Amino acid sequence: MKGSDKKVIAAILLAVALIAIVPLFVLRGAEFGGSDDAASRVIEQIQTDYEPWFTPVLETVIGGEIPGEAESLMFCVQTGIGAGIIAFFMGRFVERRKWENNRS
Amino acid sequence: MTKGQKKLFMVSVVFAAVFGSVSNVNAMHIMEGYLPLGFCIAWGIVSLPFLAAGFFSIQRKLKENGKNITLLAMSGAFIFVISSLKIPSVTGSCSHMTGTGLGAILFGPGAVSILGVIVLLFQAVLLAHGGVTTLGANTFSMAVAGPFLSYGIYVLCRTCRVKRRAGVFLAAAMGDLFTYCITSFQLAIAYPAEEGVMVSFAKFSGVFALTQLPLAIVEGLLTVVIMIALENYAQPELRITGYLGNEKL
Repeated sequence: MKGSDKKVIAAILLAVALIAIVPLFVLRGAEFGGSDDAASRVIEQIQTDYEPWFTPVLETVIGGEIPGEAESLMFCVQTGIGAGIIAFFMGRFVERRKWENNRS
Repeated sequence: MTKGQKKLFMVSVVFAAVFGSVSNVNAMHIMEGYLPLGFCIAWGIVSLPFLAAGFFSIQRKLKENGKNITLLAMSGAFIFVISSLKIPSVTGSCSHMTGTGLGAILFGPGAVSILGVIVLLFQAVLLAHGGVTTLGANTFSMAVAGPFLSYGIYVLCRTCRVKRRAGVFLAAAMGDLFTYCITSFQLAIAYPAEEGVMVSFAKFSGVFALTQLPLAIVEGLLTVVIMIALENYAQPELRITGYLGNEKL
């Protein structure tokens, strides 16, 4: 990989980390709440008597909300599947490059 | 950091300062049961032709060249990773990105609609995130509208001879943001305020789009990172997809 590309990648990753982390420090005490619940608040503002008419399949099956820890497990599984596939193919690409360089 | 990145970063800090007091409202996909049945069905019907087109598009791409499967799998995997990361944002709530820009740039928006719907199903069924009833609406915003805009912007940037990586950044970031604008719109027409749909739209997008703004920038940046990696190591594959012509990098 070109040296300039490496620098660009390092700079970008730093910027990404900052963008993601800075709100935590700037907005002390903010909730940073879970995703699904709270947009409903806006809906309830507009339509005060709204009742969701369908509960998630999984919540129906296990008879309650998914425990936070289990939910984070599933999110990690999702990340893991994706990261695994990307890393697998990237590894193959990088090794292939090495091979081609050795042969020529 | 380049000058542009410094600017972007400063903008996000300013946003954090200005909107620190905004009340906490979180939103990503539309929640299960929160869209009236009629709208669920309607959005589902609207999304269907795109999914069908996407299926045939993938089929054609794989028939053209079986090697396309590698980058297709990576594009799908990118959506998996990116859309599982919930990132705190300037509004004091978290949201996640879509990751659909990469696939849209490489394979066109049709193919991405299939990849996107797989992720949405995974989240709706296993995570109670998003929903089965709202799948149609969420598919339209994340797997149809966003990727189409990304693709359009990328093509536009290429014809205007904007630098390739700048085009990738813009396409991915705008597609991400657009997804959440569509989500706001979908909620707004389902829940018009007394003053009208536009007031409601302003309310929802004030929350969704604002939260998403820094995340859209992150998504644009990360898409550029993976593109740089691919440009360095996967040139043969990129030529097959048509992302690279015959020029040498």
